[in-house]
Amino acid sequence: MNKIIDAWHSDLAWNFRNSPVAVVSFALVFVLVLAVIFAPVIAPHDPFDPSTLNLINGFSQPMTPNTYTGDVFLLGSDDQGRDVFSTILYGMRISLFVGVFAVAFAMILGITLGLIAGYVGGWTETIIMRIADVQLTFPSILVAMLIFGIVKGVIPVEHRDQMAIWVLILAIGLGEWVQFARVVRGATLVEKNREYVQAARLIGRVRWVIMIRHILPNVLSPVLVIATISLALAIIAEATLSFLGVGAPPTQPSLGTLIRIGQGFLFSGEWWILLFPALTLLTLALSVNMLGDWLRDALNPKLR
Amino acid sequence: MSTLVSVKNLSKVFDVSKPWLNRVIERLPKAHLTATSDVDFDVEENAVYSLVGESGSGKSTIGKMVVGLLQPTEGNVEINGVDLASETDIEIIKQSRTDIQMIFQDPYASMNPRWRVRDIILEPVVASNGDTEGLAEKLLEQVGLAAEDATKFPHEFSGGQRQRICIARALASAPKLIVCDEPTSALDVSVQAQVLNLMDDLKSELGLTYLFISHDLTVVRHISDRIGVLYLGRLVEEGTPDQLFDAPKHPYTQMLISSAPKIDGFGREVDPPQGEIPDPIDPPSGCAFHPRCPIATAKCKSERPALRELDDNRVACHLA
Amino acid sequence: MTEPILSIRNLVVEIKTRHAILKAVDCVSYDIAPGEILGVVGESGAGKSMAGNAVIGLLSKPFSVADGEIWLKGRRIDNLSREKMRRLRGKEIGVVFQDPLTSLNPLIRIGDQLVETIMEHLKLSKKEAERRAISALEEVGIPAAAKRVNSYPHEFSGGMRQRVVIALALCAEPSLIIADEPTTALDVSVQAQIIALLKRLCRERGTAVMLITHDMGVVAETANRVAVMYAGRLAEIGPVRDVLTNPKHPYTDGLMGSTPAAAIGLEKLRQIPGSMPRLARLPKGCAFSPRCNRATDKCVQDPPPDLTAGEGYAACWYSLKTECTG
Repeated sequence: MNKIIDAWHSDLAWNFRNSPVAVVSFALVFVLVLAVIFAPVIAPHDPFDPSTLNLINGFSQPMTPNTYTGDVFLLGSDDQGRDVFSTILYGMRISLFVGVFAVAFAMILGITLGLIAGYVGGWTETIIMRIADVQLTFPSILVAMLIFGIVKGVIPVEHRDQMAIWVLILAIGLGEWVQFARVVRGATLVEKNREYVQAARLIGRVRWVIMIRHILPNVLSPVLVIATISLALAIIAEATLSFLGVGAPPTQPSLGTLIRIGQGFLFSGEWWILLFPALTLLTLALSVNMLGDWLRDALNPKLR
Repeated sequence: MSTLVSVKNLSKVFDVSKPWLNRVIERLPKAHLTATSDVDFDVEENAVYSLVGESGSGKSTIGKMVVGLLQPTEGNVEINGVDLASETDIEIIKQSRTDIQMIFQDPYASMNPRWRVRDIILEPVVASNGDTEGLAEKLLEQVGLAAEDATKFPHEFSGGQRQRICIARALASAPKLIVCDEPTSALDVSVQAQVLNLMDDLKSELGLTYLFISHDLTVVRHISDRIGVLYLGRLVEEGTPDQLFDAPKHPYTQMLISSAPKIDGFGREVDPPQGEIPDPIDPPSGCAFHPRCPIATAKCKSERPALRELDDNRVACHLA
Repeated sequence: MTEPILSIRNLVVEIKTRHAILKAVDCVSYDIAPGEILGVVGESGAGKSMAGNAVIGLLSKPFSVADGEIWLKGRRIDNLSREKMRRLRGKEIGVVFQDPLTSLNPLIRIGDQLVETIMEHLKLSKKEAERRAISALEEVGIPAAAKRVNSYPHEFSGGMRQRVVIALALCAEPSLIIADEPTTALDVSVQAQIIALLKRLCRERGTAVMLITHDMGVVAETANRVAVMYAGRLAEIGPVRDVLTNPKHPYTDGLMGSTPAAAIGLEKLRQIPGSMPRLARLPKGCAFSPRCNRATDKCVQDPPPDLTAGEGYAACWYSLKTECTG
């Protein structure tokens, strides 16, 4: 209980309460995450269960009733009579799932390599950081497409669809780790010369204890900022890959897949199939990004 | 009294060259910085030996070599007859590690900000699997803090209190020698007095030996039993505080003492010393002090004076 | 006494935090006469730099001048606009900070920095300004000044850089210099050079100097008068010899006693117990009372009277000259 009170009075919490942007974006993210978690409860039907579909309901305008069940298509339906609202909820699930796991993967990889590069130095550092530099010269979406292409070629056809999500996570994660590694290495270089690290070396503590117990906790706050901003980037990257048709399979459509499907109907007048998934993606990515920006400013001692 | 620390011909050379590619392109030679060269001194048990010098004198480098944070390029440090750099017996290394501790300059950087005070103080004992029962509380009371402070975080303390915590950490492994690297130069005068008095008390209570590194002559004069003056990595004079301050023999020591502001020197007009400390990458020939020395001769330019005995003192000057 | 260059009257500098409004400087008054060096001493957090920054007009959020007046040569300056203050800063007030690197632009040759400052404040042609820059560098003791004007700040050593900063502060011939810990980052031998330089320039030109420092030795050798600050207030002010050898405030006395230089031949340093209270937790009465061995109920209850701008006073109910009865 005391901890909660302390947290409420902390500088970060105060800063949060006094930043409308942070409060609004946090509220949006919170609502979207809740919607994702409770998608099966909220959604009028499971859009991927063919038994709940009826082609008669195809291309229903928003706010028109389902001729079959009498429910209202809140955001309209697509060519197969799938409720757009439900597909968005389920699509966002895939988008967030891929985003969170890709960032987690990138974070673990980046922190480990950055910590080692910064603390050990020498040739190890040179090799890790040159790989990072080379990777930075390619746009991360290109790297992701490359990895995606290679892995897809390796996996046998029958497993492709079920592995596709994990391949996406791997591909996006490998495209994002450089950011983490660079920041962690920089922070490690600063921390390793501080006297508390020298004090630990003095008493004969081994390298990995110093790295994990002393340095790691002190380099995490910039990592938190990058993780948030990376999440927004990962969501966009996933949407881009899916939009290009190399991402989530049509059996598990993400927001990107929905936008790809929707754009085919834009010029025939069925605008809602494109617009609502696109707006959701925009809101999700923007609010996560704003939250990251706020966090960066709030944790920056220079701007205080 | 017996000798606890014996430093022999200690030298440290750092490679400060530019990266390999830059050297090739710009045709630069390798650059070496001699931080310390040929330093010899002994520290008696239960005594305070101070190293004074300005920036670039190599005093902190010596401290780090004594505690084993840096490997000497040449020469060796023996503590209780053990040379950490060449010792191979793990049991002896472990034992001598607990015998040596260090107090750092910056009380804000020398403790992990995310650790509680108890964990900070006990780390040296935990690292050597010692008994930690009630130890942190006992040590905190010993340095003048409260046992309840053990559960707090470093940022809840003032600079002086933090330095007390650092002292408690240094005492945790029951060391014989504590190397103090400018322990009070980040503190205010009134707090500095508290810390110096505390260190003095602990020394007599626990039979500690200090190697005290400082640029502050007044502090050094107050606390030391013996003082070594460093200039550009070399010991230029060594003696007891009274000898050194009342009758300095080396012109550099004389300059240092006369240019330090005096608390009773109202309106004193000193002839300010000439020049500044030379670049240690490219030190002057002969006696390193000769370009600034008011009494330098041709011999000083060409020949480096050896450190020689001169009534109880040691001094490295041709003309002393 | 001649008309003072600077007079500060009842200056209050506030810090607005989210919890409270704290007084970093509380009702401070002092004068500096032409050619006089006033040492402002105190420990960290005493508010000594804050008072200096208030005079220069460099206080920024969350700090602000809440009350009091600052007069420079008979003109009130604490209520000037930002733009007017900026002009005044180089022209009438020169500033020397602790770290010379932060005061110089690393990308501009020092000659150009000097010329820019000179032309900004004095109506001179470029040629004349350049000549002036070289003579300013010569005056602060930089050898081969005519060549060194083309160097960048990083090509100078620490002591030389601080000389350049002093040249920069002096080139528009200000009547007041504020030197905030000007020698703290320097080695002892270089410190002696810089102090000798400051003293000489001040004597030759009649410039008033506010020397902010924590080093009692530097104050003793340099200042004419000294103001001792504690927790945002003036504890004592007076001629340097009187204050240092014959302190009237128990804090000054304790400060002098805890300097190792004052304890030659003594086994122990005299120490003041405890540490300076944080501004958020100032005691009700005299801020020094929890650490003072002479404190009585009155000290704990009521703050001591504020110092007027006169000479040789201590803000203490029972200054060391008087009998302690209470």
